[in-house]
Amino acid sequence: MPRKLFEQHLHDLQDHVLIMGSMVETSIYRSMDSLKNRNLELAQKVIDDDDKIDSKRYEIEEECIDLIVTQQPMAGDMRIIIAVLNIIVDLERIADHAAGNSKIAIMLGNEPPLKPLVDLPRMAEMTGSMLRRALEAFINHDASVSAKICSEDDNIDHLYDQVFHELLVYMTEDPKSITRATRLIWVAHNLERSADRVTNIAERIIYLVTGTHEGLDGSKY
Amino acid sequence: MDPKIETQKLNLYYKNNHALKNIDFKIREKQITAIIGPSGCGKSSLLRTFDRMTDLTAGARVEGQTLLDGKNIFDPLVDIVELRKRVGMVFQQPNPFPKSIAENVAFGPKMLGLTHQGNIDELIEKSLRAAALWDEVKDDLDKSGLALSGGQQQRLCIARVLAVEPEVILMDEPCSALDPISTLKIEELMQDLKQKYTIVIVTHNMQQAARVSEWSAFMLLGEMIEYSATHELFSRPKDKRTEDYITGRFG
Repeated sequence: MPRKLFEQHLHDLQDHVLIMGSMVETSIYRSMDSLKNRNLELAQKVIDDDDKIDSKRYEIEEECIDLIVTQQPMAGDMRIIIAVLNIIVDLERIADHAAGNSKIAIMLGNEPPLKPLVDLPRMAEMTGSMLRRALEAFINHDASVSAKICSEDDNIDHLYDQVFHELLVYMTEDPKSITRATRLIWVAHNLERSADRVTNIAERIIYLVTGTHEGLDGSKY
Repeated sequence: MDPKIETQKLNLYYKNNHALKNIDFKIREKQITAIIGPSGCGKSSLLRTFDRMTDLTAGARVEGQTLLDGKNIFDPLVDIVELRKRVGMVFQQPNPFPKSIAENVAFGPKMLGLTHQGNIDELIEKSLRAAALWDEVKDDLDKSGLALSGGQQQRLCIARVLAVEPEVILMDEPCSALDPISTLKIEELMQDLKQKYTIVIVTHNMQQAARVSEWSAFMLLGEMIEYSATHELFSRPKDKRTEDYITGRFG
């Protein structure tokens, strides 16, 4: 097989994206756990791990640059590398949002809970699930799964609306809840933005497979 | 726009070897078209049919048509000297004559009896300027063409082609014997030349094809597999064989 070494490098590159993706997925769940269970230690760990994710992003970016410079990739190979360069930016931003939510968990600290968290963990669960399946679709170069993931973003948007309005009610009813409720709206917003980023990743996978930028419906937000 | 060159069901045989198979190909005027493919795919053979250099190969036989401005160049009435004046060729190895730089450029016009139409010195300067060589050789026009560097020799060969004022320039691996700087000079020159000439280049260097051409064709085993806009062919080829070749998985 010609270009065996290049094939191996491309394979390794995709594995590294998978590793970074797993780190990000873990951060999404951990940040929500830290918020839900008031686990400040775990929240700090997510914040600390964000640096590792940033480093991983630049490491993968360097690998892409090396492959472009040394292998002059064309066509499908080039699309993989371009997709990777975009995907790692989205992953890194999702990790930032997770770290942001962990910072909010620390800010809320030991204040009494405003309400039991139900929809926010659901949003985190759905976003994590979308990300996990997007990473599988990336490895399998599966455009149809990616298109389905894009369509799921509406569910997250819907939950965000629900959380937002519910928290508005809390704030209007009890001004003392405004600080806590606002922080929880930030959490919801971070999760909604994370799901948008996963949608970007899924769209990139469609481009990787088909070579065209599909006209997918944009997010409500 | 009508194509400058069009082949219709073009077949070429070298004795029993079927070198080109039913090639339908349209080359647009004043644009650069690249032909790529592995060794032996027929790309140079195709190029050589455009000025009927294949006539020089014993046992070569052509079927089908190649139209230049709509007229079949294989028509028995076609004047082959006139055809090769209209369609010039630049080869892989720079091949200046063992004569002075000026004589190299003037050789074609003199052979074709074109020198009475104007001042030969003006023609030499104009051709060398068009080939981006004038500034480097203007004080050494009597020096042997063979004394120039490889890159300069190739530009001298291009000047020699330009001196007969062709309409089409065929380039068969014009940079494969040149260093990267000389290669870039030829590539820049091609961008200037396409304002006036139709250029067809055969190259093994896919990056070069991607850099210089508007249109690219991929050939394999005598067939034209894919022909499209260069950015399409190199970013999202339609045929798996094209993808395999340009990504280096052809084996």
